[in-house]
Order: sequence, then structure tokens, then C-alpha cells
Amino acid sequence: MRRRYLILAIQLVILVGVVLIWELGSRQPTDEEHFLVDPFIWSRPSRIFARVLEWLQDGIILNNVFITLYEALMSFVLGTAAGIAAGFILGRSDFWARVLNPYIQVVNALPRLVFTPIFFLIFGLDANSKIALGFSLVFFIVFFNAFQGVREVDRNVFNNARMLGAGERQMAWHVLLPSALSWILTSLHTSVGFAMVGAVVGEYLGSSRGLGHIIAQSEGNLDATGVWAGLAVLSVVVVMVELLVTQLERRLVRWKPQPAGDLLAA
Amino acid sequence: MAGKAAAVALEGVALRYGPFTAIEFISFDVPQGQFVALVGPTGCGKSSVLNLVAGLVGPSEGEVTTAGRPVTTVNRECAYMFQADALLPWKSALDNVALGPNLRGTSRPGALRLAREWLVRVGLRGFEDRYPHQLSGGQRKRVAMAQALINRLPILLMDEPFSALDAQTRALMEQELLTLWQEQEATVLFVTHDLEEAIALADRVVLFTAGPKAALKGDYAVELPRPRNVVEARFTPGFNDIYEQVWNDLRSEVIASYERQRA
Repeated sequence: MRRRYLILAIQLVILVGVVLIWELGSRQPTDEEHFLVDPFIWSRPSRIFARVLEWLQDGIILNNVFITLYEALMSFVLGTAAGIAAGFILGRSDFWARVLNPYIQVVNALPRLVFTPIFFLIFGLDANSKIALGFSLVFFIVFFNAFQGVREVDRNVFNNARMLGAGERQMAWHVLLPSALSWILTSLHTSVGFAMVGAVVGEYLGSSRGLGHIIAQSEGNLDATGVWAGLAVLSVVVVMVELLVTQLERRLVRWKPQPAGDLLAA
Repeated sequence: MAGKAAAVALEGVALRYGPFTAIEFISFDVPQGQFVALVGPTGCGKSSVLNLVAGLVGPSEGEVTTAGRPVTTVNRECAYMFQADALLPWKSALDNVALGPNLRGTSRPGALRLAREWLVRVGLRGFEDRYPHQLSGGQRKRVAMAQALINRLPILLMDEPFSALDAQTRALMEQELLTLWQEQEATVLFVTHDLEEAIALADRVVLFTAGPKAALKGDYAVELPRPRNVVEARFTPGFNDIYEQVWNDLRSEVIASYERQRA
């Protein structure tokens, strides 16, 4: 217990320390034109905070957050569904897994961000192109995990279900899907993270709405405060999404033994 | 054996994996309702015999039949209790036990009611909602036993089901198995490397030679009275005679197996 408070205290010290050095440094001139921390690049915590407040007051920021969340959610849902389906089919068919293997490897090895211009051409600058980008990121993570989950289902469990009378479809429902799901769930954090990346980066590269757009626009105006304020809002959103995912994970893997030392529980 | 087909019959069965011969020409019959213990040194293909009868592997030569019908695919007449944990980890104890009836077409409420009864029967009342990882090794074996027996299939295959348990739990489980077996009148093939367990439980002990190229070494009738108490059976007159007889034959195989592994 004492250790826990100590950790919390040090965490606070680090936060306050960084913000303080940042704030004071940006006010501390080193000569006629320069500051210890250049406010043109780093802005200043008090200004950033004021900007976030301003955004909250005129209400525009919430709209943009919702757009970004919508894009991330859609790419996550669609990417996961397609990834599970593809992983399942190829996991059950050795033949097709071998046939398609080189193509999957190539597409997976490519940085998917290079597809962004193509997605813009196909879907325009609206939410759909961001969903497509997020989809291309999420799909492969889920696909590989589902594939693995179906492939590496415990032989004893598989044989046991067979002896108990499971046919092909019953096997899929009672054994293969849960086995794949447990693999997919371990990658849940990664795939949700990538869904957010798809949305924000897509917006950053070209759009008229969303958090990425706000950051890009501020950058265009050489407005460091706007960039930092956008990042601050984004971090809050991401942390909240993370917490939700952790909750979801807890519910879905109740059957799994809890790891002894849970880092996030500290 | 004329007239009525044996519950389980192996006819000149061989099992090869590429150049490796696991089993070489084994033949034996098991009459309906008999409890047979398959004993032999490790790696002698006892488990392979169970997999052949279960239809999980096909013989390279010869034929396996149950109740006169050749086994060509997964044998739906068999319940199989595996050596390793084979419970579905994502299903509760209740759902694990209900799985068999469920898969074989019993309605879900019916299957759950039956599964509840079976959990009580194996002494796990109140553990219905536990997941396998929340149960002890012995409790998991009880669930596995209920899971295997609930379908009331004519043949029960058991592959060292209790080898991982401590001595007391093991004796308890063996006793429960005997009680449940006597109710069901199933034919049992029970693989073990523990000679005492084999004699205490079985009507007959079949001894395998050391693998590879395992074959039959001996076949002994265990004529101890039933119903049996597995602990007391070890002290009944006659137990030691059979033990000595089988052990004399087993010993040379164990040594052979050991030396083959060392070579």
C-alpha cells in the first residue's frame, strides 16, 4: 500500500516538474530574441490549456472528437469482423492459406499509409476514406490472430469435442471461435490503437473535420499552441478509449486465469 | 465368441507413422461390459490402441470393429477421457458437462438439467459456474469424468485418466468410476502404467511389449469379487498372485524399454 502511494507521488512529481520546466522555460529569455524553451515550437502549457478551454466553450472540439471516434469505431468493427472471417476460412483451409500466403505477406509488409491517396481517390475526403485506412490496419492484426487461434487450437480439446459428438459447424462454434477469440482479445489494445491511428492520420493527411484535421490546420497556420492543444485532447480521448477496452476485455475473458501481476491495475 | 460380436475387436492391427512402427499386428477381443486394463511400459502404443478404437487414427493394416461394425471415422459409440486436460477452458463446468448431450441433439434445458445431475453425482454440487482454471486438478478430472459418462455410450476409453492426481484423490476417483461403470454396464478400455491400479479396477489385464513395434505380451484374468473396494481389493487374497504374475512379465519389458531408450 505504501509503495503504491510512493509510486503515485513520484508520478505526480514528474508531471508537475515537466509542466513547470516547460512553462517557466518558455518565459525565460536567454538573449534578446531567444527563450530557454522556444514558445514558437513548444508553445506554453498555460496557453495550451487556455486554448483547450476555448475549444470546449465554443463546442466545436466535441464535434470533431465524435467524428474521429466514429471513424475509429467503424474501422475497428469492420476490420475485426472481416479479419475474423478471413482468419477462420484460411485457418480451416490449408490449401487456400498456402495459395494466398505470398499476397498476404506482401500487403502486410507494406506500410498501409501508402494506400491513403488511393483511399482518398476511391472514398473522397469524408469519413469513409479514414475508415478504409483504419480497416486496412485493423484487418491484418485481427486476421493473423484469428488465423493463429484456429490453427493452434489445443489438440486435446479438439479431439475431446470430436468424441463428444461435434460436427464441423458445432466445432466452429464451440471450439474454434472461442479459441480464436482468445487470441484476438490479446491483440484488442493494439487493434483499437491502430483504429485510432487510421482515423487521426487519415484526417491529418486530408479532411475538413476531426482531431487530425484540427492538428493539421494549426500546423498550417504555424500555430504550435493549436497543435499541442489538439494533441492534449487526443491523449485524453485515447486514454478513455483504452479504459473502455480494458473493461470490455475483462468481461469477455472471464474464463481466463488472471495474470499474477497486472501492470495496469497498479 | 461366435454369434454375438465382441464390443471391441482388433484384427491384426498395425499402426505405422512413415518408417516408424508404433504397433505391430495386434489382435484381441473385448466382450460387452468387460473392464480391460491395458498395461505396458511407456511408449508401447497403449494410447494408440485407444485412438484406433475411437477412430481418431486409422490402422495401417488390419481392422478395428466395435459391436461388429468397422471403425472408419470418429466412433460415436465411444466416450473418451483423455490423459491431458481436455475440458473446454471457455465453458463453465456445467456447460462442459452439458456439451455432449447438447452436441447429440438434446435440447439445451434438457442437457443442462442432466449436466446438473451429473455434477452432483461426481461430487461437484455448487461448482456449476466455475471455469476449468478455477477448479483443482482433481475437480477438473471429475468434470471430465461426468463429461465422458453423461452420454451413456457403450464404450468408455480412458487414457491414464488419474495419473496426475495425488494418491488419496486418485483412490476416491477410482472408486467413483467403478460405481458409475457398474450402473452403466459399459465396456471399458483403461490405459495405465500402474499395475496396482489396473488389477484393482479391471476384469482383465492386457500386457503390451515395449515399443516401438509393440505387440501383446500377456493376457490375464482378474478374478476378484465385485463390487470391489479399490483400496481393500489390494489386500484381498489373490491380488498378489496376479500382481506377481503380471509383474514378472512386465519387468523384462520395462528393462527392454529402458535399454532401448538409453541406446
